Amino acid sequence: METALTLNHFLFVSGVLFAIGLAGVLVRRNLIIIFMCLELMLAAANLTLVAFSRFNLKEGQPDYEGHVLLFFIITVAAAEVAVGLAIIVALFRSKGTTDVTKVDSMKY
Amino acid sequence: MTFLFYIFAALALVGGIGVVVNRNPVSAAFAMIVSFLGLAALFIQLDAYLVGVLQILVYAGAIMVLFIFIIMLLDVRVEENRRFPFFGALCTGGVAAAFAALLLVVLNRSEVGAATLPALAATEGPGSSDVHRIGELLFSQYWFPIQVVGILLLVATIGVVVLSKKELK
Repeated sequence: METALTLNHFLFVSGVLFAIGLAGVLVRRNLIIIFMCLELMLAAANLTLVAFSRFNLKEGQPDYEGHVLLFFIITVAAAEVAVGLAIIVALFRSKGTTDVTKVDSMKY
Repeated sequence: MTFLFYIFAALALVGGIGVVVNRNPVSAAFAMIVSFLGLAALFIQLDAYLVGVLQILVYAGAIMVLFIFIIMLLDVRVEENRRFPFFGALCTGGVAAAFAALLLVVLNRSEVGAATLPALAATEGPGSSDVHRIGELLFSQYWFPIQVVGILLLVATIGVVVLSKKELK
């Protein structure tokens, strides 16, 4: 008999996806890819919210407050992507590159 | 059910790894779409239909189109074949692996996490869909946050227009 799905299954997938995103942010040098990995981490956190809402039933239905929170997160993520990409375009205009190792004038 | 979970979880994770290892930004963006599709399937498996559809429409649709548009606009080329950052990759892989291992230990110890998927109460008729319930919650209990989010989107739009101007004054 196959094992039943538990909350741990979903939490583990979410956590590993978050770790992959974290690794991407740390190892990649291209600003756009770093930004994509940030989105990946955000989406991984979403999975945790949905899993908890599904496993904590309220009157026999999933706890929809978790879904509402997720709705807000998706909206904020969309706004963040728009502003972030505009900043990347502005940066590319002034520096001519999206490589983070070449944009370090604020470091010193 | 479990079988499908493993397929879609693998899809989401392989897509995520694809984003990190692909040198070509366009390939990375497509790997990201694969990852989001797998994630959306997991949402639907958790009976979160609206969220699953939103994930595909907003993330895999709008956000990734924006990313690919910017990649094409800036003409970001494949990273030059410079020396592979062994030390950086090793440290990063170590951090990620340690995170996953820690997660495994913590999850195996938790009693909450061992809960199996509880059955939903059967509902019928209008007002039983999750779209209806979420909409009701959004426009009654959460009326104020949704106004704030509307303002946030307005501010983001104005901010993008200001940032995209040729000269900042």
